[in-house]
Amino acid sequence: MSPLLEANDLVRVYAGRKGLFGKAVPVRAVDGVSLRVNRGETLGIVGESGSGKSTLGRLLLGVDPAQGGTVQFDGQQLPEAGTQAWRALRARMQMVYQDPLAALDRRLTIATQIREPLDIHRVGTPEQREARVAELMRAVGLRPDQAGRYPHELSGGQRQRVVIARALATDPDLLVCDEPVSALDVSIQAQVVNLLRELQGDGRLSMVFISHDLKVVRNLCDRVAVMYLGRIVEEGPSEELFANPQHPYTQALISSVPEPGRALDSRVILQGEPPNPARRPSGCAFHPRCARATDICRGQVPDLIPVAPGQTAACHHVTGARATRAA
Amino acid sequence: MANLVEIRDLRVAFDGVPVLHGIDLDVRPGEALGLVGESGCGKSVTWLAALGLLPSKAKVSGTVTLGETDLSGAPQAKLEKVRGGRIAMIFQDPSSALNPVLKVGRQLCEALRLHRGLTGNDARREALRLMDMVGIPDARGRFSLYPHEFSGGQCQRLMIAMALAGEPDLLIADEPTTALDATIQAQILDLLARLRAEMNMAIVFISHDLGAVAQVCERVCVMYAGRIVEQGAVGLLFERPRHPYTRGLFDAIPRLHGPRTPLVPIPGTVPDPRNLPKGCAFQPRCAHARGFCQSERPDLLAQKDGRKLACAFPLPEGSEEVEREVRREGMLQ
Ligand SMILES: Nc1ncnc2c1ncn2[C@@H]1O[C@H](COP(=O)(O)OP(=O)(O)OP(=O)(O)O)[C@@H](O)[C@H]1O
Ligand SMILES: Nc1ncnc2c1ncn2[C@@H]1O[C@H](COP(=O)(O)OP(=O)(O)OP(=O)(O)O)[C@@H](O)[C@H]1O
Ligand SMILES: [Mg+2]
Ligand SMILES: [Mg+2]
Repeated sequence: MSPLLEANDLVRVYAGRKGLFGKAVPVRAVDGVSLRVNRGETLGIVGESGSGKSTLGRLLLGVDPAQGGTVQFDGQQLPEAGTQAWRALRARMQMVYQDPLAALDRRLTIATQIREPLDIHRVGTPEQREARVAELMRAVGLRPDQAGRYPHELSGGQRQRVVIARALATDPDLLVCDEPVSALDVSIQAQVVNLLRELQGDGRLSMVFISHDLKVVRNLCDRVAVMYLGRIVEEGPSEELFANPQHPYTQALISSVPEPGRALDSRVILQGEPPNPARRPSGCAFHPRCARATDICRGQVPDLIPVAPGQTAACHHVTGARATRAA
Repeated sequence: MANLVEIRDLRVAFDGVPVLHGIDLDVRPGEALGLVGESGCGKSVTWLAALGLLPSKAKVSGTVTLGETDLSGAPQAKLEKVRGGRIAMIFQDPSSALNPVLKVGRQLCEALRLHRGLTGNDARREALRLMDMVGIPDARGRFSLYPHEFSGGQCQRLMIAMALAGEPDLLIADEPTTALDATIQAQILDLLARLRAEMNMAIVFISHDLGAVAQVCERVCVMYAGRIVEQGAVGLLFERPRHPYTRGLFDAIPRLHGPRTPLVPIPGTVPDPRNLPKGCAFQPRCAHARGFCQSERPDLLAQKDGRKLACAFPLPEGSEEVEREVRREGMLQ
């Protein structure tokens, strides 16, 4: 079966802000990204701030136009944004953002807002819509008596559930979540993560889950793509990638998650600064911060090559498909 | 050794609504103390109140002493001398600390003049040393740049440099890494640990990242709804939490290793300060609560093992070695 979503060689260049001397420097926010999301699968996207995760999420839905590359949804080329065909398709692909308060209208009750996509896409009769809203609220763990509440009368976790319920209203095949739990306390974050896990349960929903919280990503995602400065530098099954990261950036990233019982000095502390997207280093963009960088890294962009079953990495110093696992 | 800072019965109310209900807290010289708890539990307000930084509508009572000096009700001029001097604070909101229209070198020199009386070349030399110390590459070349010309991680480091200008005995770091990338976060935590050792400076580390707290701190206070509910050595609290809330905070964190199981959230949400439950404030969310908890509020009491605990029905004390290992492996990762 074809993947639900397939992107090839996506490119998005922003004009960029004017620099110190008034010259606009173009920013290659997404620089040749290819990925696929299978039906029922959750793909995690992690990486440094500014590496292009959110931009990629928008490109996948066509909310932001790509300057290069293609997106195929359910075997079909994604229609141009704004067209009738695209709007119709949006019912099948929805987005959840980080800040639930910004995503909700504070003057409307939450039931009204959950029903909104049904009204827009003219799904069912008014009675059926009412019933669907009640069903959605139950599914995300909101009480019926909360239907008439306004966003500011709910907690952060409850608001995010409203946003998710609304995204689910049209029974989409794909949910793109951009940092959906980052603004929440761990206690509440766990409630929302569990909700997303339940939604994965019946295998009908595919997700792209963008987050900088590696623990949450590992818990939720089947596969993970690691981005650095607009490109995917490593990709693989979640379990494998976390246990056996191959790219030096992925290794540093995973090692930087604080773990009690592990001394600070046993961590890979990267030297150097996060990269400036307007001044992309030559060759491998990670080389100025990489302890293993050599001449080839400064001169030549590494390709993604297979390093293990289902796992690829873009690093000159990672040998192809490794035979044995380093102890 | 005498405590560096002693806070006694610190209470804060905004518009008649109490949000801190009597905090007792000591900071020893050179120690690293962590403050954790869900958003709104009063972590920031505790220190803003202690340093006289709350808006005037806030009603504050209680005492705060720094060595021999009583800070409570001290005149602003005196407090200003302490702030940035013996006690420095890195704020949760980074935009508030650096002045966007002043070159960073100038800001550092100004802080050095204010707190250490350094001027001219002395100030400049010391400012450069501080920038080097916090790891700003090419400090000399970047002395005359504006804050927006630095990355987020570098701005955070500049704020730390500003805070160090007065050679403080205590650095209060309020969520110093939340806005930063994981890899930069690790750099900053590393920097804080190193500075503390080099300068023999105490640190109060406010964070809701329990992992980061465990790495930086020796002692932890867990706050809930404006009160400390459990307090003790980091190992003790993290390996054998006794307050169901402390335990709940750990259980909610997903693991970086091991099986990928559903998470264990704390049910419900933090109470509205205007409408606190009767008895123990955590009781409506607590699986161990009994009738007693609904009527009586437990005091924070010293325990045999050195911790302090405010719970009428705490988790058992002597969980076996095995369970401890499991917890270590599992929840804390
Ligand atoms: N609308 C825009 N106009 C100009 N530049 C943009 C725009 N959106 C994003 N960028 C730039 O593109 C790059 C990628 O941004 P993006 O928001 O996709 O990163 P991200 O990985 O989501 O980061 P974060 O983790 O901070 O959310 C950044 O350098 C950003 O400044
Ligand atoms: N200036 C203010 N005016 C009114 N209420 C305030 C003010 N500052 C804080 N509060 C209230 O005081 C309580 C404690 O807030 P505080 O900022 O100390 O929380 P916190 O533990 O630091 O949370 P976070 O993790 O979100 O930073 C909250 O209920 C908050 O709404
Ligand atoms: Mg983003
Ligand atoms: Mg705070």
